Amino acid sequence: MASTLAGFDGPHPDLPADRAETKFDDGKPRYSRAQAMAEAARCLYCYDAPCIEACPTSINIPEFIRKIATDNVKGSARTIFDSNILGMSCARVCPVEVLCVGQCVYNHEDIPPVQIGRLQRYSTDTAYDKGWSLYEPGPDSGKTVALVGAGPASLACAHELRKEGHKTVLLEKRSLPGGLNTTGVAPYKMIADASLAEVAWIVDSMGVEVQTGVEVGKDVSWEKLLADHDAVFVGVGLGPDSSLGVPGEDLGGVFGGVEIIERWKNGGDPATSGVTHAAVVGGGNTALDVVRELLVLGIPCVTMIYRRNEASMTGYEHEWDYAKKGGAGASWHSQPVAYVGEGGKVTGVECHAMEIDPDDPKGRKLRRKGDHSFVVPAELVVVAAGQGKLSGLLEGMPGVDLDWGRIVVDDDGRTSNPKIFAGGDVANGGKEVVNAAAEGKRAAQAIHAALSQ
Amino acid sequence: MVDISTNTGGIHSPNPFWLASAPPSNTGDQVQRAFDAGWGGAVWKTLGTPIVNVSSRYGAIHHFDRRIIGLNNIELITDRPLEVNFKEIYETKKKYPKHAVIASLMVETKEEWQDIIKRSIDAGADGLELNFGCPHGMCERGMGSAVGQEPAVNEEITSWAKEYSTVPVLVKLTPNVGDIVPHGLASQRGGADGVSLINTIKSIISVDIDRMVPEPRVGDRATNGGYCGPAVRPIALHMCAALARDPRFQLPISGIGGVGTWRDAVEFFLLGASTVQVCTAVMHHGFRIVEDMIEGLETYMEDKGLATMPDLIGKAIPHYTAWGDLDLNYKVVAKIDEDSCIGCQKCYVACYDGSHQCIHLREGAVRLDPVTAAKLKARDHMGVDWEARIPFVDEQECVGCNLCQMVCPVPNCVTMVEVDKDESKPLLTYKDFQRQEAERKAARKG
Ligand SMILES: Cc1cc2nc3c(=O)[nH]c(=O)nc-3n(C[C@H](O)[C@H](O)[C@H](O)COP(=O)(O)OP(=O)(O)OC[C@H]3O[C@@H](n4cnc5c(N)ncnc54)[C@H](O)[C@@H]3O)c2cc1C
Ligand SMILES: Cc1cc2nc3c(=O)[nH]c(=O)nc-3n(C[C@H](O)[C@H](O)[C@H](O)COP(=O)(O)O)c2cc1C
Ligand code: SF4
Ligand code: SF4
Ligand code: SF4
Repeated sequence: MASTLAGFDGPHPDLPADRAETKFDDGKPRYSRAQAMAEAARCLYCYDAPCIEACPTSINIPEFIRKIATDNVKGSARTIFDSNILGMSCARVCPVEVLCVGQCVYNHEDIPPVQIGRLQRYSTDTAYDKGWSLYEPGPDSGKTVALVGAGPASLACAHELRKEGHKTVLLEKRSLPGGLNTTGVAPYKMIADASLAEVAWIVDSMGVEVQTGVEVGKDVSWEKLLADHDAVFVGVGLGPDSSLGVPGEDLGGVFGGVEIIERWKNGGDPATSGVTHAAVVGGGNTALDVVRELLVLGIPCVTMIYRRNEASMTGYEHEWDYAKKGGAGASWHSQPVAYVGEGGKVTGVECHAMEIDPDDPKGRKLRRKGDHSFVVPAELVVVAAGQGKLSGLLEGMPGVDLDWGRIVVDDDGRTSNPKIFAGGDVANGGKEVVNAAAEGKRAAQAIHAALSQ
Repeated sequence: MVDISTNTGGIHSPNPFWLASAPPSNTGDQVQRAFDAGWGGAVWKTLGTPIVNVSSRYGAIHHFDRRIIGLNNIELITDRPLEVNFKEIYETKKKYPKHAVIASLMVETKEEWQDIIKRSIDAGADGLELNFGCPHGMCERGMGSAVGQEPAVNEEITSWAKEYSTVPVLVKLTPNVGDIVPHGLASQRGGADGVSLINTIKSIISVDIDRMVPEPRVGDRATNGGYCGPAVRPIALHMCAALARDPRFQLPISGIGGVGTWRDAVEFFLLGASTVQVCTAVMHHGFRIVEDMIEGLETYMEDKGLATMPDLIGKAIPHYTAWGDLDLNYKVVAKIDEDSCIGCQKCYVACYDGSHQCIHLREGAVRLDPVTAAKLKARDHMGVDWEARIPFVDEQECVGCNLCQMVCPVPNCVTMVEVDKDESKPLLTYKDFQRQEAERKAARKG
């Protein structure tokens, strides 16, 4: 059955057809009904299941899996979406190995754990295919809420607010909504089309107003938002890629991690033609994603440059294992000090060899090892050294406490300004989509409580 | 939106899912938590002169890694004082006026019946269920299945209950009889407003082969108990349908036995039950299973365009006939879908050894021992023509028994397809056939 949602079972009209992302295979394809039934039958339907505890949105996992096993797929999808309206994208992008699946009781018996993410995808994809609309907006409350940024945090928040009947306006500076789900997550997990279909599924059924191309702080002021609305939710995520501040940054072929992934996902020159050597600076998950993506895009020699060793990498071990299997190499204990180039184009990354300072009592501090330096050859360099903060934008919010460019919130997303709430990366400093979904939902409940007083 | 509220013999409930009289309905706290979870009604754990239970009490059969496909118990009726039970029934009814609370009762003398019925109704029970079913312990004392197995006694005690009761009376029947129909009719003659079935089946669940004592074991002794759970459902479905299709039997039925999912419940409804009662599945998984049962039933009814429970109840009954009314000219054969076949050849061996030898292997399909097969597989399927592993059906020989379809592990890979829709051959039942034979014989004589 064809999906009723553009982009879910075919290319999305708002995205260029020839972007690099379309070359990627689905890393964990959707289960067939037989596969889903077989996997669902393995679930023990644990009581007070540890997998639920490990899901930031507390999806009732044994319940939704039992419903797959009894062929009550609609009920299964409802169980998922009741807890997490972004259940479709989460099923694809969640690092389940360190979340729900990592806590499945089967791990204790050395039996492969239940594939919760893939079962979740089976139910939620079916809901999208069949165009099931499971929620409706509540009766008009007369209140209005502005949500800044159209990423996962704001979407989850808006959905919950519409259930209570509050008017919601999403303001997004980019031309496409969806936040990093649309621009950042690895294509073998999810392509942008699915993210846009998810946005449409939520906003169309719940009547959320979306204004794209509107940058708060520039096109509209915080003061105006606060004057026009009863509450404001801030879900702007993090800022652009951090740079290393070393010489040669303006050479052609040097990119930020989020910057280049967005080109691959949403269109633009992929910057990979003629490249045989690529270097990725960083040891986190964005660096690992870029490494894997470069390998799929056909770059023969991809090297990760990290100033610490393999064991200290902040990226997930399972992701690095995949990358290694795909042929990635690494230059450990290497600190980039300059990009070198020829004719305005980068040809390599000059590094200093590093080692642990033997005088550091904690054994963490690095120091240069001798005076040796070397160059990692690369016609393409991607710096994935983390995302910066949106300090300028955030400092403009009246009466909101910040902590190193992060909005300070309580457990329910309240800031120090009673009309302003926040959630997602801008408040937690950068976690996962599922955390943003959980925090957006909790903030909505706090906003509803405040507006109901 | 569908409406799943029900009426069984004048007992109304917001949905057709009731707790059966058993450990899950032992106390007010449990019944109230069950109602909070979504159950529409509860038949209280059987009340009577309190007894003393033994330890241990339960046994079970498991199917490989799946636990409890059948459960057996040697428990008796409530072991808590009657006053406490009645107080809790009263409190429960006050808190949950729309839910059905049914008092299950089992006593001996007419005076005892009169007394316990009055006290149940005073406590607020919406209905009574006479427990004529318990197959262990109580029957040795002349109660339970000892009553349910004697139509005359069943009728008499039912009529006493009807005489004293101002609320509907259901009779819970025992499956430990050859034919359920006379027993249902006896309850009907006694004036019952409905029947519940089945109670548990007389059984020995297992034997401890080291100690050489049957289970569940009480020291070095054991006794037969009552069998229930998923494995008894086919027996319960048959008894439910046997009553529902008998034109003399006019009472509503509360179906019991092996219900654990909405599908199981729908099967009971289609065979004439208007509510279902659940014991084992709750003992196994807890009250929470009802969420899926309600939702699954509603979705099913929506999908089928059924608005209310009466639209569903008994829908399969007109299709349930005697063997002699089946069409001898109807024929199906097995079809294997070659695209989804995984070449396991389970259908082949099942038909070859266990049915009519009409599934065959292709030339080149060698029957390999598992070790050789694994080696070949490791060498990238070398040497095995995997296409050739797909068996084929000799449709001329196939008797349409369904066995291959049931053993095939791939859903919808084997389907049973109707053949020879020969219009010149109209419906022919065995009864017609016998009549035709008799006519032919008569013609030859004449
Ligand atoms: C490369 C990369 C890969 C990732 N992969 C995964 C993954 O596989 N799995 C996973 O769970 N998580 C992953 N994450 C993390 C995840 O994407 C984020 O945690 C999540 O998207 C945070 O959601 P959010 O709504 O807080 O912010 P975002 O998704 O960042 O959305 C914020 C939105 O606000 C908009 N905005 C910003 N400023 C303004 C303004 N002034 N006015 C209007 N709009 C504005 C932005 O354009 C953006 O659309 C990844 C992150 C990155 C960078
Ligand atoms: C431990 C146990 C105790 C039971 N006690 C009673 C009882 O007191 N009264 C009664 O009518 N049925 C009793 N039953 C039978 C159940 O009510 C029910 O008829 C039977 O278990 C079949 O349903 P099921 O397959 O859902 O378990 C008991 C069953 C079990 C397992
Ligand atoms: S595995 Fe442990 S917790 Fe689970 S049923 Fe067995 S004893 Fe209980
Ligand atoms: S949302 Fe993510 S963490 Fe939660 S259950 Fe689904 S896949 Fe697991
Ligand atoms: S821990 Fe594993 S087996 Fe238990 S409920 Fe969760 S997924 Fe199922």
